[in-house]
Amino acid sequence: MTATLEADAPAPAGEIPSFTVTLRVRRFNPEVSEEATWEDFTVEAHGTDRVLDALHKIKWDMDGSLTFRRSCAHGVCGSDAVRINGRNRLACKTLLKDVNPDKPITVEPIKGLPVVKDLVVDMEPFFASYREIMPFLVTTGNEPSKERYQSPEDRARFDDTTKCILCAACTSSCPVFWTDGQYFGPAAIVNAHRFIFDSRDEGGSQRLEILNDKEGVWRCRTTFNCTEACPRGIEVTKAIQEVKRAMITRAF
Amino acid sequence: MAHGTAAVAKIDSPRSPYVRRRTTRGNYELYSWVFMRASGVVLLVLIFGHLFVNLMVGDGVHAIDFGFVAGKWANPMWQVWDLLMLWLAMIHGTNGVRTIINDYATRDMTRGILKGLLYLAFTVVVVLGTLVIFTFDPCPANSPAELLPSFCTA
Repeated sequence: MTATLEADAPAPAGEIPSFTVTLRVRRFNPEVSEEATWEDFTVEAHGTDRVLDALHKIKWDMDGSLTFRRSCAHGVCGSDAVRINGRNRLACKTLLKDVNPDKPITVEPIKGLPVVKDLVVDMEPFFASYREIMPFLVTTGNEPSKERYQSPEDRARFDDTTKCILCAACTSSCPVFWTDGQYFGPAAIVNAHRFIFDSRDEGGSQRLEILNDKEGVWRCRTTFNCTEACPRGIEVTKAIQEVKRAMITRAF
Repeated sequence: MAHGTAAVAKIDSPRSPYVRRRTTRGNYELYSWVFMRASGVVLLVLIFGHLFVNLMVGDGVHAIDFGFVAGKWANPMWQVWDLLMLWLAMIHGTNGVRTIINDYATRDMTRGILKGLLYLAFTVVVVLGTLVIFTFDPCPANSPAELLPSFCTA
């Protein structure tokens, strides 16, 4: 049910004002055309609505062929990273009122990954990089009979990078990744950081060796696009710098 | 284009395996990264020292003529200074442009050609510059004495 402001009936106290907003969506369907095109949709939205709500409204009420990913719709699953007004955002965490609804809001698939349809991209290159850095605990020796103890201080060392939801907003905002997709990308390095600085993990030097690659951390140009794009507020560039520093201390 | 098998056939399989090119796992990029920082700091000293001595000290910029340059290059200290500046600046700059080419060239062919040109330019400048610094004759024969540095006795 959509609440709308009637001209003759003033809104009851506490009612959320609504407004019309135009979404300019990048459409691509390889079965119809190899060219991607912009399509405008004008929808009625509330002040509390997110870009995802507007996309839902389009898909459910206007054009069912509009294709996008979303799962939890609350900023945890990392499915709906898209490029909104030229910046990578989660559609479910971006309020329409925050991205200037007076002008058409552009919604595009994230860059640097092959588009499958409309806003859906093939995430495989992204996950391939993620798998390469071995995102799992590596230990040696016998399993302890109780928990692997870790002090709160040791836990805090890598706390920031545990927040990653693998939405690919950072990696697909990185200009180095756009070129040829060979660069590991910020997300892989963030998830390597999470284990390299984990006091319980013993695979640190293996991971550093992997990221010492020609396409590893040294391709980072510190443009901070990733830090700016991260919907979880992870200081991505800082994490990359910490990995670089660990490599240099290891080499000298 | 209408719906049809011809168009459908052009779509890559969404699960086509992603291949990262196997690269050597040397420390090359690490050293080049450290070199950029170190040479940058050294170059700051060298370049501003160079500018200060050439443009500020004494008569400043008006003192620069053949005699001034010849006098400087007769001094081993300035030979080493300029040689170091030449080599560091050239390696630093070439490495910087190399990373830019790596970042912007999408095709291997373009990348190869651009890097070939870059390394050629590097070699020409470094070889020529080094030759000039070491084979420079401050007192060419049959030159008017007022143009030469004071220590020439020709």
